[in-house]
Amino acid sequence: MTDNKLIEVEHLTMRFGGLVAIDDLSFNANKREITAIIGPNGAGKTTVFNCLTGFYVPTEGRLTLHADDGPRLLERTEGFRIPRNKGVARTFQNIRLFTGMTVLENLIVAQHNRLMEASAFSLAGLFNLGKYAKAEKEAVEKAEFWLEKVGLYAQADWNAGNLPYGSQRRLEIARAMCTDPSLLCLDEPAAGLNPRESAELNVLLQSIRDDQGVGCLLIEHDMSVVMQISDHVIVLDYGKKIADGNPEAVKNDPAVIRAYLGEEEDDELPPEVAADLHLDPKAQ
Amino acid sequence: MSAAFASSRTNGSEVVKELAFFAVIALLMSVMLLGVETVDRPTGLELAVRWDLVLLAIGATVIGRLGLIFRRENISRLGQAVLITLSAVAVFEMFVRFRELDDRWVSPVFLDMVFSSVVSTIIGIAFVAIIFATAYFTMKDKTAADVDESAKLSSKIQLAYRSNTKKIGLIGIIFFIIFPFIFGEDRSAIDLATLVMIYIMLGWGLNIVVGLAGLLDLGYVAFYAVGAYSYALLSQNFDLSFWLCLPLAGIFAASFGIILGFPVLRLRGDYLAIVTLGFGEIIRVVLINWYDLTGGPDGISSIERPSFFGMADFSRRVPDGAIGFNELFGMEYSSMHRLIFLYYLILVLALVTNFVTLRLRKLPIGRAWEALREDEIACRSLGINPTNTKLSAFAIGAMFGGFAGAFFATRQGFISPESFTFLESAVILAIVVLGGMGSQIGVVLAAIVMIGFPEMFRELAEYRMLIFGAGIVAIMLWRPRGLLSFRDPTILLNMSQKEKVAGEIK
Repeated sequence: MTDNKLIEVEHLTMRFGGLVAIDDLSFNANKREITAIIGPNGAGKTTVFNCLTGFYVPTEGRLTLHADDGPRLLERTEGFRIPRNKGVARTFQNIRLFTGMTVLENLIVAQHNRLMEASAFSLAGLFNLGKYAKAEKEAVEKAEFWLEKVGLYAQADWNAGNLPYGSQRRLEIARAMCTDPSLLCLDEPAAGLNPRESAELNVLLQSIRDDQGVGCLLIEHDMSVVMQISDHVIVLDYGKKIADGNPEAVKNDPAVIRAYLGEEEDDELPPEVAADLHLDPKAQ
Repeated sequence: MSAAFASSRTNGSEVVKELAFFAVIALLMSVMLLGVETVDRPTGLELAVRWDLVLLAIGATVIGRLGLIFRRENISRLGQAVLITLSAVAVFEMFVRFRELDDRWVSPVFLDMVFSSVVSTIIGIAFVAIIFATAYFTMKDKTAADVDESAKLSSKIQLAYRSNTKKIGLIGIIFFIIFPFIFGEDRSAIDLATLVMIYIMLGWGLNIVVGLAGLLDLGYVAFYAVGAYSYALLSQNFDLSFWLCLPLAGIFAASFGIILGFPVLRLRGDYLAIVTLGFGEIIRVVLINWYDLTGGPDGISSIERPSFFGMADFSRRVPDGAIGFNELFGMEYSSMHRLIFLYYLILVLALVTNFVTLRLRKLPIGRAWEALREDEIACRSLGINPTNTKLSAFAIGAMFGGFAGAFFATRQGFISPESFTFLESAVILAIVVLGGMGSQIGVVLAAIVMIGFPEMFRELAEYRMLIFGAGIVAIMLWRPRGLLSFRDPTILLNMSQKEKVAGEIK
């Protein structure tokens, strides 16, 4: 099982000043699996993503990506290099498309590095020399493949900003997939989708896992998505892992239920806190 | 009066309130500008008060506003036309009095003017009639269908423009190529066209930085200065020819673009604008103070004029060992030859800028610029190196600024830091913004409006800037996103142009 690991997170700690957003977190995600990270608001899920994709440099810990060409240490890679060469691609909680550009252009921009090489850093491309024309054609073909896949082929020449919300979510996933990642990080992909759209999303993510062989890391609050498609669930609370296992096991884990629903014992506040809260009895 | 408003949304007291509000505004605006005047008397300067002008300004505003209220509420077409004409006449009377310094109170001065001769009577009546007719006939009962119709028309115009961009561009290029044949003997026309062309080139260069990469650069003139001084100094100190210095000037300016780019990589928007503004000033201040090298405020004079690609010379007295341009082609000597050659030179330089920009837009680097303008964080998540992408935009934009600068130096023959003030940067930026960010044809139109028109209407003297200001305000009102603010996709999949536009207008 050990060589099936796609990403290995070891002792990850992220501090912002005095705030410990992630505290000594370790987990693995496997190849060809959908791993969901869940937890209450403020548990540090998006911070984990930002560490994995190079937006934050972790305070401590090691993040290893086992890509096809060998292990890579993500915490030592510059942010914009992480997505390159079958690296880590991501989507954002609040969609970040290039809204003024067309749908097709969004997908072509995602293939920037390969095209840049083919155009010899614009020198050959300026005169349409060499491999550039061919490379661009391939890029368009790849974009067309993903447009078909997410059902946006007919809107290919629209401005991305004019698409309805659900389509924008799917386009963002297609754009991330156009970078040819080995790991796809999805930050709340089902947020704001209606039940039909979120069912379509499940099919799409399963197809990314099974047909493309890309591992997915998923932050999601929509339990219908999490429980149906994930192979492995990790639960975070206050930056710590409180459960790790298959969806069925996690669902019945008392620690998880406590984190989501609260503890009964907690009704009784410590006396000093109670005193603080009840300073002004009229406010109650 | 109140009956007229009974059926509408506005009632009489609201109208009075609105008119009073505009009267107060007119009073505040006119009392210091028109109402007080310094007069040269034997005893010294004295203040004279011109209440007649203030009253006319208030009257014109109130009457005009009433006309607009009539128009808004769809009351009496005749009434509207009469009110608007009255208001125009009051404005005219105000101008006449302001110019003639006539302070009669009762009889309007313009009547004397109009009835002073037959011609002026005809002109006066025609003037009033035109305003009246315009006010009368432009008013239609606006219904939902009309609004729909006008929206349809504007989208039709958009469609026509967008599907014929190439043709329009081609016609423009042909026009600029044959321009010297039409105005061949008119020295000032060629000079003006050359000046406009310099600004078109600068606008296209800045368009890469501002329009495509979205980096607001208020110090673009610095690169223009670097180009100009590179050529002037290289040619004076090392005796290098223009044709060798032109690429060197571009390289120098591009390096300065990278030097400026490094410290400002993390900045965006307002902060970037302030730093680039400072950079532009630094270059100018260095040019003024580094007396040994640049000649300081004295500038550099008698800069070498360009030869005909090193083959022939344009001067009347050809130096020894060189051939005159007229001898080379067996023509009579004419001082116009150099001007026309310079015009074609800047035309070619500008067109090169344009074609490189258009080509770069369709290359990964150009798409990355536009993506960076839209969302830098998303770019990083897709593996685009924001540092290199921004620096390349700065460098390429600066390079074209440098080319234009070298041309400017060789055309003027004299440069000094005076030519590279912040105002120049502001004008170039205004050309890009007015043209519509990222639009190449828009830059041409805006350069003609910003540079060509004020020069053409020099005879209008002090009203020139007034009309210019009014024009800018009009553009901001009607086309707030620039004259041509459409973005052409760099690649299309399978749709016809029509569907594409429909998809975007939606």
